[in-house]
Amino acid sequence: MNKDMKILIVDDFSTMRRIVKNLLRDLGFNNTVEADDGMTALPILKNGGIDFLVTDWNMPGMQGIDLLKAVRADEKLADLPVLMVTAEQKRDQIIEAAQAGVNGYIVKPFTAATLSEKLEKIFERIDK
Amino acid sequence: MITKITMDKDSLLEKARAIVNNLENGNEEDAYRVLNEITHLSEEGLFQEIGKLTRQLHDTINAFRVDSRLVELTSMTETEMPDARERLNYVIDMTAQAADQTLNAVELSLPVCDRLIQQSEVLHQSWNMFIQRKMSAEQFRELSKELNNYFLETDNDMKTLRSSFDEVLMAQGFQDITGQIIKRVIHLVEDVETKLVQLIKVSGNYAVPSDSSMPIEEKKKEDNTHGPVVPGVNDGAEVVSGQDEVDDLLSSLGF
Repeated sequence: MNKDMKILIVDDFSTMRRIVKNLLRDLGFNNTVEADDGMTALPILKNGGIDFLVTDWNMPGMQGIDLLKAVRADEKLADLPVLMVTAEQKRDQIIEAAQAGVNGYIVKPFTAATLSEKLEKIFERIDK
Repeated sequence: MITKITMDKDSLLEKARAIVNNLENGNEEDAYRVLNEITHLSEEGLFQEIGKLTRQLHDTINAFRVDSRLVELTSMTETEMPDARERLNYVIDMTAQAADQTLNAVELSLPVCDRLIQQSEVLHQSWNMFIQRKMSAEQFRELSKELNNYFLETDNDMKTLRSSFDEVLMAQGFQDITGQIIKRVIHLVEDVETKLVQLIKVSGNYAVPSDSSMPIEEKKKEDNTHGPVVPGVNDGAEVVSGQDEVDDLLSSLGF
């Protein structure tokens, strides 16, 4: 896992972005950028240079699931690893995210250990 | 209220003259008869007005009864209001939990900080003595021991502080979840407000047609799609109860 990779954190609540950012820093990832919904995240992604996307689901403007679908539909971004960190706990939604090609799914409230574990799992699979 | 007599000006004048003439000619009985005719006409007008008002009231009440906005409002107060109460109670629980978690971490950290300050003050004094060469060999051996203990304890204390900070950091997650819940309740309150305003308009003018284009069920479905799961509020969807179940579900899907 490359600790210098650039991570985009997307959440409409700035407190949650700060929490994720701090946890990532604890895990050694210092290269993070932030966006407050899918609409602002997508141009950042399209500009290139983002190696990993952490997104919430329920956001005004563009929802996280739609951002995920847009990423998968974009030729250049299709392989970008995406981790969803969300309060959505409905089975149908988790299945929808899985079908849309999410790489990991964390429900809020979560622990630092969960984040670390999911990150490792995602990159273990990718690096194979 | 002045009741309009359903009679034109000329015939009213004619009746008035007839009364005067009859009175002047001593025909009092005839004069009263004409006067009664006028009163009768006046009463008829009053009855017609009351009849009209009754009809209007009846129509308004009927319109009210079948008005979908009232039906919606009733259904909202029956189902959405208890939901909103549950949601707000959950917000109280979550904020209390976050406050407790933060306060516990702070209460655990403060004595650690105090101990560190105190120990470093003591060591600082000894260190000054050493620099000023006022320390005996025996005292220096004592200082070495103290320093060694200090390093060991500081290592432990710093780890305690570090984990307290982590606790405080994670506790702030409540803001996101309670924020989402409160936004939903605000949305509901706005909905009720709009419907109440519409109803007030309806009672002022019962002929205004209902303009709620979306059926209630559909609206409910749309409202309930997103947001944190609140205990005691059943949206009718199947939910998982935590990260472990999410992992199980995903692994059953081949993840």
